[in-house]
Amino acid sequence: MLKAYDGLRIASQAKFPAPPLRARIFLESSFMAAFGSFALLIALALAAYNLLAGSLALRWIATGQPAAISPERLADTARRAGIAVFIAVTAAAFALIWSVFTNDFSITYIMEHSNRALPGAYKFSALWSGQEGSLLLWAWLLGMYGFVLRLTHKTDVKLYAYAGTIMAGIQVFFLAVLCFAAPPFALYQGAIPDDGNGLNPLLQYPEMVIHPPMLYLGYVGFSVPFAFALGALMMRYPGEKWIKVTRVWTMVTWLFLTAGIFLGMHWAYAVLGWGGYWGWDPVENASFMPWLTGTAFLHSVMMQEKKGMMKSWNVWLIFSTFLLTLLGTLLTRAGLVSSVHAFAQSSIGTWFVVFMGIVLAVCIFTYVLQRSHLKSEHHLESLVSRESSFLFNNLVLLTACFVILWGTLFPVISEYVVGNKVTVGAPFYNRVAIPIGIFLLLLTGVGPLLPWRAASFKSIRRNFVLPVITFWVTVIVCLVAGVRPWQDTAIDQGNFYALVAFAVSVAVLTAIFSEFIRGAGVISRQTGKNIVEATWLLTRRNTRRYGGYIIHIGVVIVVIGLAGSAFDRNTESELALHDKMTIGPYTLECVGFTQDSNLNYNSEYALLDVYKGGKKQFQMTPEKRVYLITGQPQTMVAIHSIPSWDLYVVYEGTNPDTGQPIIKAILNPLVGWIWAGLVVLVFGTLVALVPSLSPSTASLRVPARAAPSEPALKGGRP
Amino acid sequence: MKRLPFWIKTTQAALLAIAVCFSLGATDAGSRYTDLNHRLMCTCGCAQILGECNHVGCPNSAGELGELRADIQGGASDKAILDSFVGKYGAIVLAAPTTHGFDLVAWIAPFAVFAAAMLGTILLVRRWSVGKTQTVAADTSKMDPVERERREQIRRETGEGGF
Repeated sequence: MLKAYDGLRIASQAKFPAPPLRARIFLESSFMAAFGSFALLIALALAAYNLLAGSLALRWIATGQPAAISPERLADTARRAGIAVFIAVTAAAFALIWSVFTNDFSITYIMEHSNRALPGAYKFSALWSGQEGSLLLWAWLLGMYGFVLRLTHKTDVKLYAYAGTIMAGIQVFFLAVLCFAAPPFALYQGAIPDDGNGLNPLLQYPEMVIHPPMLYLGYVGFSVPFAFALGALMMRYPGEKWIKVTRVWTMVTWLFLTAGIFLGMHWAYAVLGWGGYWGWDPVENASFMPWLTGTAFLHSVMMQEKKGMMKSWNVWLIFSTFLLTLLGTLLTRAGLVSSVHAFAQSSIGTWFVVFMGIVLAVCIFTYVLQRSHLKSEHHLESLVSRESSFLFNNLVLLTACFVILWGTLFPVISEYVVGNKVTVGAPFYNRVAIPIGIFLLLLTGVGPLLPWRAASFKSIRRNFVLPVITFWVTVIVCLVAGVRPWQDTAIDQGNFYALVAFAVSVAVLTAIFSEFIRGAGVISRQTGKNIVEATWLLTRRNTRRYGGYIIHIGVVIVVIGLAGSAFDRNTESELALHDKMTIGPYTLECVGFTQDSNLNYNSEYALLDVYKGGKKQFQMTPEKRVYLITGQPQTMVAIHSIPSWDLYVVYEGTNPDTGQPIIKAILNPLVGWIWAGLVVLVFGTLVALVPSLSPSTASLRVPARAAPSEPALKGGRP
Repeated sequence: MKRLPFWIKTTQAALLAIAVCFSLGATDAGSRYTDLNHRLMCTCGCAQILGECNHVGCPNSAGELGELRADIQGGASDKAILDSFVGKYGAIVLAAPTTHGFDLVAWIAPFAVFAAAMLGTILLVRRWSVGKTQTVAADTSKMDPVERERREQIRRETGEGGF
């Protein structure tokens, strides 16, 4: 706790006469530390006021108790305090960024995560490269979400007041951690060094400037649906409107989390130099778990909207998603499990465990108290229906979440139970999670083909014949192309699953495109538009449904890309000048290797001409850097990406005996599809967020083919 | 003889194809080497499978792969090789939990949870669907054909598809 006030103490010691230049610089710089610390303390006080005053006002409003002041006015002051929290946390974030850019190494955090030669963009990313900074980012993003929520409170004043108060509770926790357990403005003890330790080289990559904020926008964003769900339950919100409000926030948050996860995958692919993008690392898993439960919520919430079913289930899905985001932050920041993401670890785990306990207790208490409000009638007409498919979709998503949580925590459980730490790596997930994933992929195609209420055998046959045919055609094509699922290592290397994934993907794509074509055909016949225009109009008429289909297409494209990893090849060779190495259809010729240097790092790189069919196609320059301040090496992989594969070339170093570069080349099939799938997925989500054309707008914009007769305008028969 | 429904025949064909795929197998030294190096982890702390560890400057993977190759050439069984790695580097060298002792729980739990959840969902769907189906059946049987057709039309136009 004392650390938080160090900046303030030292700043207050400034006395006349003016100190010498070096001391003055120190005092000016530590002013920012004091400013930032004060800003955080003020933010904590405001958030606490928001929580207490908001709770009191809402209690008075709920019970109708007489009060000395108007509870509505009190609630409004609490809301304004919530807005002010954002301003105060922004000031603290500004102080930290200012300190990074002014190389204020009197602040321990800046000294540990930055240095003078660090480029500007990466100085910015120093904000989240360490624990204290990333917690400040959490608090700032939470403040930002809260700011938007409180500004739009007129949508539903009471519901937003509940949500704002709950968010203030979350904010109090993070600000308390920042003020007392992980202060970002703690001052460096001892002589202030002339330069800092620098940023972890792995983080000095353009995507690292956007991946963590994107991921955090996803993590933090789930606080909002959580606050709405808990608030709606506390106030026994009448009707399902809160679901509509929550759904939009959830989709936006889900979009950020999705983008964050994929950016992280791309970063791992481009920076770590092992040719892969997903290692089932605990921290990767931690980001994936709330994604799975969030996805389950986005599906099951439709059951509540359409049928008023699964109210308790949906509430608990949101609660679980929020708790999993906290667990993810705990895993990332507290070092609970071994992870390659060891950028920031400390002992704040206890704080998070206690907070998660409090959140869980509040959720259980509220649920038990208000569960009668969530009673709903459950009626299904058939096992084979859209409703059932949503239930199974939720089942599979949550089982996948459990499997990943189980695999992530099993080393800890094993150590606790039998005192023996084990590894739960890719083979475990390949055998357990991938089959579940393929089942989920299958449901992605099957679900939309099933009608609500009940499906007749005739409709099933009509909708499923074509996908089944394409499934088997794909299997045959893959077998002819050389996929051998019967080999001994087919499971561990993924060949068998790849074959199934390709076949199911094609079947699902066929099913989804059939849906588009069927709908567009009807519109085309009704309006006379061509099939492209009809598809566009179809999508605009029901953006949520067809946006969802586009998201499914994106998921399928991603799966195809992931399945390609079963067929990657690699080779490694030491190359003298004009030596060649071959991989797949490519021949790589070394035409030079040299060294370079700047203020931040020294680098070695090779110039490789790449030939295909005897013709030079392009040049690649894989590089290896050694950062001056830390002495840590860093690969800069050269990647040439085309739809069929990526040529991935790593400069592994030089042979100390010959001084010649050692080059590793990997041919990664279909990796580009993963990133393309993300683009489709993002597009689909944006489409689903756009309001559908209302019937009145649609009718105005569809050109009249013939003037309607008078009785038709009056609602009669023409 | 009653013809089997299309979806049952399709399922049968799929299961048969999968069974055929698994019943065909071949073992050679190369595939054994690949199999084993995918069941071990690199011990340098990179959290990668030994057979796939190719990050720059790994101090351990080359030596461990050489050790594995030598063990296979020496005629050791899979179990002996894995045991020797565990003896040398500890249980964390295995890429996945074993199938005995407490480790078995790691494998059983996901499938047990999946099976329980699947069973629970099926029972839930059946419980939710029984009463309604009977009611609908009773109602529609009493309707006159025109009304039934009109209801069917409404159902087709409002119920089919859509999120």
